[in-house]
Amino acid sequence: MNERQANTLVVTLVTLVNLLIAFLISGIVIWILGEDPWFALKTMLYGAFGYDEGLGYTLYYTTNFIFTGLAFAVGFHCGLFNIGAEGQAYIGGLGVGLICLWLDNWPLWLVFPLAILASIIFGGIWGAIPGYLKAKRGSHEVVTTIMFNFIASVIMVNLLSHVLRPPKNMSPESREFGEGVWIPQMHEIFDWFGLEITRTPLNGTFIFALLSLFLVWRFIWYTRWGYELRTVGTNDTAAVYAGISVSKNIIIAMVIGGGLAGFVGINEIMGSSHRLMLNFQAGIGFTGIAVSLIGRNHPLGILLAALLFGILYQGGAELSFEVQAIDRHMVVLIQGLVILFAGALENLFRPQIEQFVKRLSSLDS
Amino acid sequence: MPELAIELTGINKNFGNVCANKDVSLKVESGTIHGIIGENGAGKSTLMSILYGFYQADSGSISVQNTPTVIRNAHDAIDAGIGMVHQHFMLVDNFSVLENVVLGTEKGFSLKKSLEVSELELHRLEKEYHLEVDINSVINTLPVGLQQRVEILKALYRGADILILDEPTGVLTPQEADHLFRILNELREQGKTVILITHKLREIMAITDNVSVMRQGEIVAHLKTAETNREELAELMVGRKVLLRVDKAPAKTGKPVLTVEHLDFTDDSGVQRVKDVSFNVCSGEIVGIAGVSGNGQSELLASITGILPLQKGQLIINSETITPALRADAADMRRFGMAHVPEDRQRLGLVTAFSAYENSILGYHNNSEYNGLLEMDRDAILSTCKHGMEHYDVRPNNHNLRVSLFSGGNQQKFVVAREIERDPDLLVVGQPTRGVDIGAIEFIHRQLIAMRDAGKAVLLVSVELDEILSLSDRILVMFAGRIMGEVEACAANERDIGLLMAGISKETE
Repeated sequence: MNERQANTLVVTLVTLVNLLIAFLISGIVIWILGEDPWFALKTMLYGAFGYDEGLGYTLYYTTNFIFTGLAFAVGFHCGLFNIGAEGQAYIGGLGVGLICLWLDNWPLWLVFPLAILASIIFGGIWGAIPGYLKAKRGSHEVVTTIMFNFIASVIMVNLLSHVLRPPKNMSPESREFGEGVWIPQMHEIFDWFGLEITRTPLNGTFIFALLSLFLVWRFIWYTRWGYELRTVGTNDTAAVYAGISVSKNIIIAMVIGGGLAGFVGINEIMGSSHRLMLNFQAGIGFTGIAVSLIGRNHPLGILLAALLFGILYQGGAELSFEVQAIDRHMVVLIQGLVILFAGALENLFRPQIEQFVKRLSSLDS
Repeated sequence: MPELAIELTGINKNFGNVCANKDVSLKVESGTIHGIIGENGAGKSTLMSILYGFYQADSGSISVQNTPTVIRNAHDAIDAGIGMVHQHFMLVDNFSVLENVVLGTEKGFSLKKSLEVSELELHRLEKEYHLEVDINSVINTLPVGLQQRVEILKALYRGADILILDEPTGVLTPQEADHLFRILNELREQGKTVILITHKLREIMAITDNVSVMRQGEIVAHLKTAETNREELAELMVGRKVLLRVDKAPAKTGKPVLTVEHLDFTDDSGVQRVKDVSFNVCSGEIVGIAGVSGNGQSELLASITGILPLQKGQLIINSETITPALRADAADMRRFGMAHVPEDRQRLGLVTAFSAYENSILGYHNNSEYNGLLEMDRDAILSTCKHGMEHYDVRPNNHNLRVSLFSGGNQQKFVVAREIERDPDLLVVGQPTRGVDIGAIEFIHRQLIAMRDAGKAVLLVSVELDEILSLSDRILVMFAGRIMGEVEACAANERDIGLLMAGISKETE
């Protein structure tokens, strides 16, 4: 076993052990509530995977978490703690919505790239401003991005209740877009090939999310721009030595992060609700932080972690529906425990696991 | 049989798989100055940390003044009469000398009373050992030499009979170092025992009675200083014959490659670090900048290489004029023909968390030969990396290894390889051998001479005077941000340069 393989094994084991403990404690809580933890687990997994509708919802949530997970990861590789994916997704969705409202009599193949561009620009600007403040003024991005989440929220409430709401509509949301610009849903796509699956909000954006994972992976590790970004994030004085502009890269990372978060708007607005509405992004941005951290900020890890949270969301909803004693707060508790152990306390068992792997590799040789 | 102050027997210490001390036995005679010499990473500091209680030995025993002693922490060490002066001083900068000395030994409820008692004791110590220092002055107003004296006073105040000094001359001018040696002699005459840890042969020869040489965690020789010489010690340290002098042909100087004109630099807190510095470096010569660390060399170097913005004055590199308005960064400087081996390889020269492969193009990653349309050309980078690692004998020769896992010497060789292999017209080098073992020092020095002989211009900044003297063709001495004077290397001697380093020029003398 070489150093790299040993490292991968340690990281994998650490993550698995942490998840196991989070689920164990969740199980104990469920047991205290007088329910059968084993049954709860089965219900959750069945809810998430057991039938095609459940799986559809799981992957639909996964799509969102991939985007916000990537949004956090790109910033993280540049040494930033971007906790503003929430607001960036919200404003990115605004961009998508405006394009769809404006051009909904155009064909989808024209509107789709424009909507992507709009979400990049809108989400990107929402990332760029804190990025600029960090790069040029030294304002900490944790403070500014969280403030920008609130600003985004206020802007959207105003726009949706005063500007974008159709006159006779009582609820704060825009009119529905023309059907021509709806992103095909998975059951429709499957239908083209003669396959029948249950209707869920899962739509073509999922494929776009997988593509984003791939592109971010190539960008971060295979291009000179990714190289500069990582250099700034790992050792900013060495970046200056190499002639790499720290401030430029901070802004770039925030723009890319904001743009990626904005893609949540594609999935939610264009792919599912087909209208702009309040809080469509609720919680997705924050969950992205946990997704990225648990996934070690690597696209492959983010895919798996996003899937895990997709399972928790969908399976958790099923669980609170099936089991009386468990309401949706229980699901939040489970998610919280996962974040606590796999995110905040990730190094709790690391020394022991490293020892174990070391012994394993010495047996090897 | 002379009385033993310290006796270490069979000390072993492992950090994970790394063996830092292997069956080390050491006898230090009472009332002597005992040198411990070895390269970086030879285990000197670990051994002393065990003696001072920072680490516990895995096995082995310690006796102090012929009594077996268990030292679990610094308190035990102090109780046993051991004091330590660290390489980086452990002083509270904005406390007075008195407060620093008393810190941790205050007695009773009233600090004032405690201070009064201590003041008397401190005066007595100062007189006895000629360690004069104004006990009411605040630490950060004192020069480093005096701060070191405070550290020694602190140890003596705590009743130390055995004093360990870890690389004490790193921050001193030659004159200050001589003064320190006089103090150490004084301490010896008063019956104290001194253990001096160093990697400088000169110091061992100048002051110690006995010397122990460490190599790779083991003590390879105990010698009487009077019965050995520098060459023998160097050979013992490295394990093979070493050339201490650098052989070089006379310089064939050409036209100026770098001209620095009236360069000023003021830092963020408003202190002017570089004051009106002008000089040039011609092709085919090495110009050395000597000076005690912290006299503006770092800022000068950073201004020339584009690490810090050029504030005032101008540079001419290869007939390209660089003014502050140009806002040239390090990448621009490279384009003009400059390569830079920075002072601090871990902070500046390398991204230690990256692999050797990725570090091999740091600063050159935008060059067209490494880039395709979108992605970087892995094969091109790999061939550069492998070529450099082979030609500069970087070990282990593994381009996938994280750079933090290379030793200091190999990291430095790696950086030197990257910068020299670019075939620059001008090579700017800061502290090329800081924390580097003798074998690598020899190698790096040869490379710098080869650059010079190939008709390149080399600017060398170093706080190691020996290095400046043996490599340079011309020597500039910096003090308080100014160039105090220029000396032709052939006419240079350590005393003259030492005076310039202390800010005393011929005119003011």
